[in-house]
Amino acid sequence: MKIVNQSLPKMDGISLVTGKPVYTDDLAPKEALVVKVLRSPHPHALITSIDKGRAEKMPGVVCVLTHQDVIRKPFTRAGQAYPEMSPHDKFLLDHRVRHVGDDVAIVAAIDEKTAEKALKMIKVTYEMQPMVLDMETADTMPPIHPEEDIKALANFGHDPAHNIAGRVDFELGSVDEVMPECPVVVTHTYKTQGQAQAMMETQRTYSYLDVYGRLVIVSSTQIPFHVRRILGNALDLPLSKIRVIKPRIGGGFGSKQTVHSEFYPALVTMITGKPAKIVYTRREVFRGTTSRHAMTFDITLGADRDGKIRAIDMKGIWDTGAYGEHAATTLGSAGKKVLTLYNKVEASRFSGKAVYTNHVPGGALRGYGVTQGIFALESAMNELAETLDMDPVALREKNMIRKGETTKLYNMVTKGAGDAPMYMDSCLLEECVSRGKALINWDQKRITPQRHGNKVRGVGMAISQQGSGLPNIDMAAATLKLNDDGFFNLALGSTDIGTGADTILTQIAAEALGVSMDKIVLYTADTDVTPFDSGAYASSTTYTTGNAIIDAADKMKSAIVTAAAAYFQTTEEHISYQGDQLICYHPEDSITLADFANKITYSTMHQQLCVTGSFIPKKAAPPYMAGFAEVEVDLETGKVTPIDFVGVVDCGTPINPRLASVQAEGGIVQGIGLALYEEATYTRTGKLIQDTFMQYKIPGRADVGKVRVELLDGYDETGPFGAKSIGEVVLNTVAPAIADAIHHACGVRIRQLPATPEKVFMALREKTLDKK
Amino acid sequence: MKLNTTINGMPKNLEIRPDDYLVDVLRANGYLGVRQGCDTGNCGVCTVHLDGKSVLSCVLLAIKAEGHEITTIEGVPQQAATIANFFVEQGADQCGYCTSGTVMNILYMEQLVEDPTEEEIKHFLKGNLCRCTGYASQLRAIQAYFNLRRQQKSEGQVPRGGYEDENRKPESP
Amino acid sequence: MITVREVVVPSTTDEAYEALQKNKFATLLGGGGFLRMGSKNITTLIDLSSCGLNDISEQEHEWHIGAMVTLGELERHSALNRDFSQLFKLSVQHIVGVQLRNVVTLGATVYSRYGFSDLITGLLALPVQVKLYKAGTMSLEVFLEKGVEGRDLLEMIIIPKGKTETFTTSLRNSDGDYSLLNASAALFDGNWRICLGARPGRAQLAVKAMEYLNKQSNWNEALEETARMASEELVFGTNSRGTGAYRKEMAKVLVALVLKEVANSETEHNH
Repeated sequence: MKIVNQSLPKMDGISLVTGKPVYTDDLAPKEALVVKVLRSPHPHALITSIDKGRAEKMPGVVCVLTHQDVIRKPFTRAGQAYPEMSPHDKFLLDHRVRHVGDDVAIVAAIDEKTAEKALKMIKVTYEMQPMVLDMETADTMPPIHPEEDIKALANFGHDPAHNIAGRVDFELGSVDEVMPECPVVVTHTYKTQGQAQAMMETQRTYSYLDVYGRLVIVSSTQIPFHVRRILGNALDLPLSKIRVIKPRIGGGFGSKQTVHSEFYPALVTMITGKPAKIVYTRREVFRGTTSRHAMTFDITLGADRDGKIRAIDMKGIWDTGAYGEHAATTLGSAGKKVLTLYNKVEASRFSGKAVYTNHVPGGALRGYGVTQGIFALESAMNELAETLDMDPVALREKNMIRKGETTKLYNMVTKGAGDAPMYMDSCLLEECVSRGKALINWDQKRITPQRHGNKVRGVGMAISQQGSGLPNIDMAAATLKLNDDGFFNLALGSTDIGTGADTILTQIAAEALGVSMDKIVLYTADTDVTPFDSGAYASSTTYTTGNAIIDAADKMKSAIVTAAAAYFQTTEEHISYQGDQLICYHPEDSITLADFANKITYSTMHQQLCVTGSFIPKKAAPPYMAGFAEVEVDLETGKVTPIDFVGVVDCGTPINPRLASVQAEGGIVQGIGLALYEEATYTRTGKLIQDTFMQYKIPGRADVGKVRVELLDGYDETGPFGAKSIGEVVLNTVAPAIADAIHHACGVRIRQLPATPEKVFMALREKTLDKK
Repeated sequence: MKLNTTINGMPKNLEIRPDDYLVDVLRANGYLGVRQGCDTGNCGVCTVHLDGKSVLSCVLLAIKAEGHEITTIEGVPQQAATIANFFVEQGADQCGYCTSGTVMNILYMEQLVEDPTEEEIKHFLKGNLCRCTGYASQLRAIQAYFNLRRQQKSEGQVPRGGYEDENRKPESP
Repeated sequence: MITVREVVVPSTTDEAYEALQKNKFATLLGGGGFLRMGSKNITTLIDLSSCGLNDISEQEHEWHIGAMVTLGELERHSALNRDFSQLFKLSVQHIVGVQLRNVVTLGATVYSRYGFSDLITGLLALPVQVKLYKAGTMSLEVFLEKGVEGRDLLEMIIIPKGKTETFTTSLRNSDGDYSLLNASAALFDGNWRICLGARPGRAQLAVKAMEYLNKQSNWNEALEETARMASEELVFGTNSRGTGAYRKEMAKVLVALVLKEVANSETEHNH
């Protein structure tokens, strides 16, 4: 191997950093109409009248659209493989609004100021409906989706009459039988907040009609092919009439795995025939798109006194807000990709419901439910360790999954897995834990917290896994074309959302074809030109798309060998493909790939070699991580300062170790935000309070302490050149590790995120009062 | 109304409206390296220089540039490329959206803080948010850049200050 | 979104004030940092950048700081900071980032009397006078409490020179956030001043606590009690960053901290 497992620079990096115009809004035609959306000020209301007359008459306004002007056809905005597992419960525009920020009307005007003014001219009368703002009691409230025409394509217990967007239940063994036998039982409730993706580039899209009258959508999206299908469904257009192109993307983290900004300019272009664009404001992102699903989990753990865990029971409620986007799938992940970590239990059970409320919808965010599940379960594990008077590391070592082991749960929760045991042959979780322990100096630091004046330092830890793509659900394809002069075009439908995927995938292609990087010319993603790819989500790009490239490369090599056999007038077994050249053993001869490509293009054979490979994951190939946190707690104020975070990751063989490490560093810092700073709270009238970066605080550089990452030298035989995923697993351990470090430092348990100074201080005070 | 200003050393006479923000005027006139992230003055993505000082072009009305000198990332191509190389080497570019603003503020820091320490870098640049990198790789890149600058200075290669054009001077103390 | 019909750039404060009175939708423009968040319809925007309010100037007995001086200029002014034990630097250093501090002006911050302001809390530790075009000169605490009638124009603040030790600090949920609470203290010509801001209401002096401490002969023994008194005499409210109960507890902690810092500096410099 000479190209993979190398820390090559990102191919687009210099352009991005020096300010080249490469993002969606940089490319939009200057004459594009500016589209703005009127959004609901109320959490739940019926629109009894809507008067757009004055807005329409304003000079410069080109069109104003309300629910009366658009087709009514239910769909889901969630970017998932078809048939989507999210309910079809959204309409382009509706006479009912279900959250503050829900869409009410669309304006297109010649410029932004005119469009903004026109929004104010639309007169809407609302009739308030009962608000559902508490997820615990949502299923007893009047439905927020009483309409008859919504539907679920997948059976996830969609029950809108009771505000249930979906349910997930599964059980291994019998918890009811095993739990009562356990001498040690620990039960606690954990809550996480509706974290925001907070990518730096907000959602944005422009659209125009091409020369054939087809609708072209250029959008900052993670899922161009799902955008095409979802738009086609919502607008009632054949997919052949839609083309979706994605330029460079200014961050995603799941925010652009749900279709949002695409609908509005698309409608305007279809109606007016003119180019149109929309750029979401930051507040619009907070109010009008999605966040991580807020959740409450009740966890019960049963164990023997020696620390052997026998039963786990997880019961969760998921706040999916006004629409069921990614509801049941994130909820399911909170169990499936979490409980499987502890494969030695006799019984484990998961039961969860995702409820509709009048909050901003939940959606996809890096970690996708696993983050929430890991916070709850790993926090409970740390509390169990305390109850057992056991080192949390020792508790993990006794109970966690190890290399070569499995659990029936993997078969139960993996689509199309069958009955054959899925052994975790590449699992290096044990090594992650032991290495992390050494790096943070656990044995010494865990003995006694260090105290200096009013400041105390403590350490804590947690473990996690995630998936690598979605087995038997998501698919990627890759097209390779050999050009004269001997270089390849690689066309992919995948989307690099800033991770460096384009570079990593080019490394895989170069390695697989045995050529240098400059012989691969990559193009992503354009639904007219590139082959299908589910998109950048579920930690799938390196693993799923990477494998598709290897399949394509194998096909290309055999196509070249076939053509070379004809060229040398021999049979295929005498030809050896060696990247830059082709060797013929009988008769003995050779030709450079460049010359060969020229020959088949121009002179002798007139052939265009072009192949497409594809891949669908068949087996769970989870990456693993152990996270160790050191924090300092100010006993006077309750303020928690992150000092050090060590993340040791098993992502198989990293294709590009540096880019993988930066993924881990970035994910850890998002985890620090979740653990300590990022609040999402609502007013009593259902309005999100933290709806700008002035109120919603992602970590800045002075907020994060030291972050250290080590990638282990792993290898998964199902991955491209041994790689597993890394994108999401890196976020999950942070919050439970920090929560445990806080406890180690000062003895208080934070079970509801974020751990703000006030929460820690109040818990400290309660603890002191209890002692007295 | 008309705006008389200098952008990247070129005198400009632009047609604006009194309530236009500088970021919008710059983008409308082709300075697309100036990006916008938050519209409340919190993220630093839209950072440009006004008379050599970092300002947020999303909170500054364009009229405030009347008679002043604006520098965008397009106006410092060599310096930006030098910093970009360090960013890319460390994988600190990621989605890249925040980086043009960060580069502008690094150049401003260079004028005010000689040989910044790790703490000084974190403090000076904290108005530049990044959601991708977690900042560690950026810190490594920035430290490597300042190492290079220190070396260049000790070899007498370049004058102090982020601009290599000596006509632009650091602000007076 | 704001809308502006016209912009005027007066060259004197007389002209600026006149333009302000002409129309109730006329608005003064400092840096513009806070305007962005509103959705005002402004007829005339009065840009104060050419009225001679841009300087920090040292007089024989006072410092004069013009309304259009930015927070960044205050932060970097070495002579001013030297005279007041780095108070200006400490007051503004946590406000978002250098780019915002280079836009936001002293005048807009003080005139708006924002509760969350770190700078106002820092200033209130000193016997600062506020000079308004119409209402004349008054102390910062009176201005903060009462405001002024009608629409006035803040020209500058005046800080008397004296033997001074100061300190200011804040508590924040995260570094770039607004303060959850901020506190400052100063010993100015032998007199203590103690201020709490982001309560979340406007900054106020803890007058009783000041009086108590001023009477003590051994400060160090009285600091904790003074801090407790300060937390008792002021009112603390709840917002999304924290509850009133928590703020009240933190008032004790922060006031004790700033008092200790000032007392220690005083000891260091004079004994």
